[in-house]
Amino acid sequence: MKMDPMHQFAVEPLSAHPLLQIAGHPIYFTNQALWMFIVVGAISLFMVMATSRRSLVPGRMQSMAEISYEFVANMIGTASGEDGLRFFPFVFTIFMFVLFSNFLGLLPGSFTVTSQIAVTFGLAAFIILLVIVTGFIHHGIGFLRLFVPKAPFILLLLLVPIEIISFMTRPISLSVRLFANMLAGHTMLKVFASFVIMLGGAGGVLSLLSVAPFALIVAITALELLVAFLQAYVFAILTCIYLGEALHLHDHH
Amino acid sequence: MELAAAKMIGAGLACIALVGAGIGIGNVFGSYLEGALRNPGAAATQTTNLLLGFALCEATGLFGLVIALIILFT
Repeated sequence: MKMDPMHQFAVEPLSAHPLLQIAGHPIYFTNQALWMFIVVGAISLFMVMATSRRSLVPGRMQSMAEISYEFVANMIGTASGEDGLRFFPFVFTIFMFVLFSNFLGLLPGSFTVTSQIAVTFGLAAFIILLVIVTGFIHHGIGFLRLFVPKAPFILLLLLVPIEIISFMTRPISLSVRLFANMLAGHTMLKVFASFVIMLGGAGGVLSLLSVAPFALIVAITALELLVAFLQAYVFAILTCIYLGEALHLHDHH
Repeated sequence: MELAAAKMIGAGLACIALVGAGIGIGNVFGSYLEGALRNPGAAATQTTNLLLGFALCEATGLFGLVIALIILFT
């Protein structure tokens, strides 16, 4: 039996025939597309169920929805200022999508949507495009002042290229952070799972030892739950910070 | 064969990035605790910055992982 910890990330078509052809490239319905639908469906189901029977004293479902709403609203308020709240639907969508994909990816046998760089980079590129468009709408050409910190002219020769490069690498660092965290965590779980199988099959005293990596898997799964939430939080709050910078440039310091 | 061996060595070397990430994460939480014990009242207001600093530090280590993967699988 071959144990490949990277097999879980393989994108495979679910049907033998492509859905459609675009410029000669076959477009398949893959397990990734299926899990993206499941994630969106789960979020929709959760929010619709939570808000269908509203009451003044919220029940369990309703308070979960209200907590997530308040959590994101507070996050935007602190990270990008009160006028950042107009981006609430966008940030809330991003946060819930990443959170649910991270959590659903932890189910055994499931597929982690956010472990694909294509997905995370798609999200990050869209965020940066929104930041740039927002900045130019609000400040016109003055948005370029974002790259000019308050410093003597001689230092500016050095600082402006650094600022520009740091802005350019934002979509890369934003997407790679989420993707690599998910990839590393899930690979680690599978590697420890293969330890359990190998030790269990070794026979004798070694079989009893397989309890140790199994206990470690339980602990790492708990850690991964924390990481899944933390990465969704970081992804959303960095979105807020970037949007806040586009709205206020350097003024809010 | 030599290329395959060089790839393995390169991927292993890429893991040196974890040194920096480890020092960075230790610094973030250590400094936070130091500050939080001096002024517990302000500790709760800084958790956002704490998590942000942690994530930014951790990302640098993960870039090393990504480079290792690129070396191994291309």
